[in-house]
Amino acid sequence: MACVSPDGKPTESGTKMLRALKAGLGSPEEIANEAGLPLFRVRSGLRELTEAGLASQKGDKYELSSKGSEMLGASSA
Amino acid sequence: MEEVKEQTGHMTRIGEPAPAFEAVTTHGVLKLGDFKGSWLILFSHPADFTPVCTTEFIAFSEIHPELQKRGVELLGLSVDSVSSHIAWVRNVEEKTGVKIPFPIIADLNKEVSLAYGMIHPGQSKTETVRCVFIIDPNQIIRTILYYPLTTGRNMDEILRIVDALQTTDKNAVATPANWRPGDMVVVPPPNTQEMAEERLKQGYECTDWYLCKKKL
Repeated sequence: MACVSPDGKPTESGTKMLRALKAGLGSPEEIANEAGLPLFRVRSGLRELTEAGLASQKGDKYELSSKGSEMLGASSA
Repeated sequence: MEEVKEQTGHMTRIGEPAPAFEAVTTHGVLKLGDFKGSWLILFSHPADFTPVCTTEFIAFSEIHPELQKRGVELLGLSVDSVSSHIAWVRNVEEKTGVKIPFPIIADLNKEVSLAYGMIHPGQSKTETVRCVFIIDPNQIIRTILYYPLTTGRNMDEILRIVDALQTTDKNAVATPANWRPGDMVVVPPPNTQEMAEERLKQGYECTDWYLCKKKL
């Protein structure tokens, strides 16, 4: 897993993507620009974050889940 | 025949859609579709911790910034585990100072190798040969290069092909032998006698009606 560690916590790149989601950016392209990551990494990472319950997908857009929001709060505390 | 096909897999051809895959890589699980919209160079190497492959990985890393400028992503592959890939790229960085910035597929079950025809039993029944697949943003295979196990790839040629493909796509032209960016390009040959006569009046540099060049 590139964006979610085996213990379920987001990695550095996962955290960047979650922060972009928190900022209201929803498309992989917007998140890639904001996080400074290649688009292919973001597409793959969003799949992982969604599978881990840290993000959710609505159509082509993604949103931060309540679990993702909690995780982001804990990592920045 | 079936046994040979089992060993070699599908024979990919230029102009056809790149076979879809989902693979474990050093950058997580990646699908071909994750690269949609970008150019992609998918390349295979025989094995980690081998001398020619190490020089190639350093060379691919060196052209990575140039490829990025052209909207091209790199994706390596060999029939090694992800742990082996990680150990190798860390070793390359430790010994040479070169960081490998692109993902590498760990194709232990040879699923991707066989889908792309990367195993050539005349060279090796277990390792992938040095293949290069240049895939466009619509995920069509545009160029295939095969190099033997003993010959490292030429990065200048790979960059030159990318430049040529992008130039021909953008301008509906062709590129002559040994073309480099900035050189004259070839105007597509005319389909009718009228077009052949017209093109001679268009200010192109023509050797004859069928071979005309122009500056972009």
